[in-house]
Amino acid sequence: MPSQANLGRQATAAPFAIELRGISKAFGPVQANRDINIAVPKGTIHGIIGENGAGKSTLMSILYGFYKADAGTILVGGVETAIPDSQSAIRAGIGMVFQHFKLVQNFTVLENIILGAEDGPWLGTSLARARRALADLSREYDLDVNPDAVVEDLSVGHQQRVEILKALYRQADILILDEPTGVLTPEEADHLFRILRGLRDQGKTVILITHKLREIMETTDNVSVMRRGTMVGTVKTAETNPEELAELMVGRKVLLQVDKDPANPGREVLRVENLRVMTEGVERLKGVSFSIRAGEIVGIAGVAGNGQSELLEALGGIAEATGRIVMNGVDLPLKGLNGQSRREAGIAHVPEDRQVLGLIMDFAAWENVGFGYQNDPKYQSGLFMNNGALRADTEAKMARFDVRPPIPTLAAKNFSGGNQQKIVVAREIERNPDLLLIGQPTRGVDIGAIEFIHKEIVALRDAGKAVLLVSVELDEIRSLSDRVLVMFDGQIMGERPPQTDERELGLLMAGMTETTA
Amino acid sequence: MTKLPRWADVVLVPLICLLIAFVFCGLLIAAIGQNPWVALTSMIQGSLGTQSGWGYTLFYATNFLLTGLGVSIAFHASLFNIGGEGQATLGGLGVAVACLFIPWPHWSLALLGSITLSALFGALWALIPAWLQAKRGSHIVITTMMFNFIAYALISYLLVNVLRPEGAMDPATARFDKAFNLPKLADIFGVMGIPFSKAPPANIMLFVALALAVATWALLWHTRLGYAIRAFGKQEKAAVYAGISPVRITLYALLLSGGISGLMAVNAVQGGAHRLVMNSVEGAGFIGIAVALMGRNHPFGIVLASLLFGFLFQGGAQLAMASDPVTGEQLKIPREVITVLQALVILFTGALPYMVQRPLEKLFARGGR
Repeated sequence: MPSQANLGRQATAAPFAIELRGISKAFGPVQANRDINIAVPKGTIHGIIGENGAGKSTLMSILYGFYKADAGTILVGGVETAIPDSQSAIRAGIGMVFQHFKLVQNFTVLENIILGAEDGPWLGTSLARARRALADLSREYDLDVNPDAVVEDLSVGHQQRVEILKALYRQADILILDEPTGVLTPEEADHLFRILRGLRDQGKTVILITHKLREIMETTDNVSVMRRGTMVGTVKTAETNPEELAELMVGRKVLLQVDKDPANPGREVLRVENLRVMTEGVERLKGVSFSIRAGEIVGIAGVAGNGQSELLEALGGIAEATGRIVMNGVDLPLKGLNGQSRREAGIAHVPEDRQVLGLIMDFAAWENVGFGYQNDPKYQSGLFMNNGALRADTEAKMARFDVRPPIPTLAAKNFSGGNQQKIVVAREIERNPDLLLIGQPTRGVDIGAIEFIHKEIVALRDAGKAVLLVSVELDEIRSLSDRVLVMFDGQIMGERPPQTDERELGLLMAGMTETTA
Repeated sequence: MTKLPRWADVVLVPLICLLIAFVFCGLLIAAIGQNPWVALTSMIQGSLGTQSGWGYTLFYATNFLLTGLGVSIAFHASLFNIGGEGQATLGGLGVAVACLFIPWPHWSLALLGSITLSALFGALWALIPAWLQAKRGSHIVITTMMFNFIAYALISYLLVNVLRPEGAMDPATARFDKAFNLPKLADIFGVMGIPFSKAPPANIMLFVALALAVATWALLWHTRLGYAIRAFGKQEKAAVYAGISPVRITLYALLLSGGISGLMAVNAVQGGAHRLVMNSVEGAGFIGIAVALMGRNHPFGIVLASLLFGFLFQGGAQLAMASDPVTGEQLKIPREVITVLQALVILFTGALPYMVQRPLEKLFARGGR
């Protein structure tokens, strides 16, 4: 063991803000991190990219003191540092901005910032100090937030800034952001990246965890790629390209662009007129009208929470609505719960949240393959369900959709996100529906499976079926759709061709039309 | 996260819980100056050592099996029906109506009649809380609990003011016609030429209950309704997505639950007491909850758990009368200790399995590598 003095001298020499050496962590039989080495130079933005389950979050949780590594050492500023809990991480100058914000909704910005970092029992002095500090920070980093605003009134982008301010207020020199753009409009994401670049230029170190290749390419100085718990490599961003990164992540060549011919739309399949949905006394869908023809994919773009979920639920018969839904010329019922009648009308629905709606997580895969179609005569024999037929069907679907592991008796919760989604997509697409509703088809799905699911959606369209695609990933909407509708605040702001400039779509997503902009 | 192998989860955890419960009971008995080993052996002797003991154990087990199955069906729909006590009480009323007011030509028809009426009464007693939960969101735990008290008050009123024969001193119905007595195990085994004690009240309902256990298993895992009940119980929102009506499933699950709990009265009232008395259920509705928990809501597990509780019930009753085999002295174990003993078993097997699961998981994780 080298002496402390020795390490201290190294510290001045080492240009690294953080260095991880030989980090390993296992959860039971699952090796989440295996001998991870990574060195993040001071004053850089360092991307960490990898598929779901590659071990990114585990690694960052170790760095932030949520988990204890089984082996390996952490060096902060060149000094070996033990991080047994998040308090120690904060003391070591590490701040974390989580994917799901940890803010008290009915506190003001200032109250949230001092929460857990109060000077004493009397809040007045802390608040005053925080107010001064906040003014400095806002000026320095272009982090503009009203300190007296109540958090729940702030937009998601601003809430994220509060999280960043919280970390900076705690003297963080190293800022870790976990999938920060998932909830942001392109505009807000751009602003975030400006802030991050500003932080870097002031000498802070930023670690950006994401699965979006584009963000990595645009923002980072270096990028480390993880695959199945191991560090595959660290490269300079300037010296790589998205294709190479995708290949490193997945371990094989991946087609990033969706390969499709122009649409050949036929008759009208679905017509929606003045559709409105109320939830808990608030109108979430405010009079939406559009139609979809056979053989086309209509994409709904928008920031999460602008009525897309309610639209899907009304169409899928899960939420009550007013207005009209006309499917193949027939009005569908809007009162009560109509999941079954929608299926009979030829609508299949891949819900946005497969783990809450699309699958029963404790059920075996074969039970989930019958989910929603439990009344189908082909799964019945007399009084009883024909479990044998369901199992056989599951095996066939697993083979065709390459679900891994191909074990029908395995519970849904034991599959990875991508394979869970494949089970749902297989179930719904193989019904050969006239209309497929598909929400966030690739959320939490790894690149290899994304490619596959996109191909299946296009194949369904080419078979002359109608597809309604809802996604918060603008790239996905633009590459898959034949027409794009942009939603904001429960309304459709306009229709655009998929080639439309991302900035223009982004403005629409933020509720700005040409007239108001 | 590590998980236990299935066999350990299903077999080992309950057994360890049971063992811990018995150790605590032993300490308790030792603390009041008695010999725990003698107590245990006399419990086993009294419940499993003789034909009569076995008969009583099976009689109690039948009660618990029925209420346990009832509770478990509601559990699968994520509905905590703690009203088994009241539903079985009302089931008793159904049995009394069937056996007092209808002149059945044969016991078998009387059995069919009392099964129908007790299940109907039990189911209807569960229907009101079910409806309140499904339509108005009144929590089932509160309402079924309240309905236990209402059932008790209703039966008291009926027994005192309506059903009590003229001149009788105690609040109970008249004895049922002897012709309606159910065939006891002695009669059934007798047909097969196997001699069995005539004393215990264990009767044909044991086989009805076992058949119901099989039927419950088939319902839950091999029918559409069972599929819908389980899906609804796991993820209500997802069930709606799949076109399963929460209102309908809530009603069906509780009707089935209450109906099966109501059947318990056929065993206890028609098979045991031959008349309806106050408190004919004797806590079987509550023990059914523990039985369902310990049996992991699986009919097979519930059969085993009800046997265990039958043993505790009968063994506990014997313990109060037991004497030391060496000195011949009466064991001085008060009745209350037996209740404590049963409570400890419920506590450890029903409520505290996690206490055992975690350390066991660690043990397995370590052993696995």
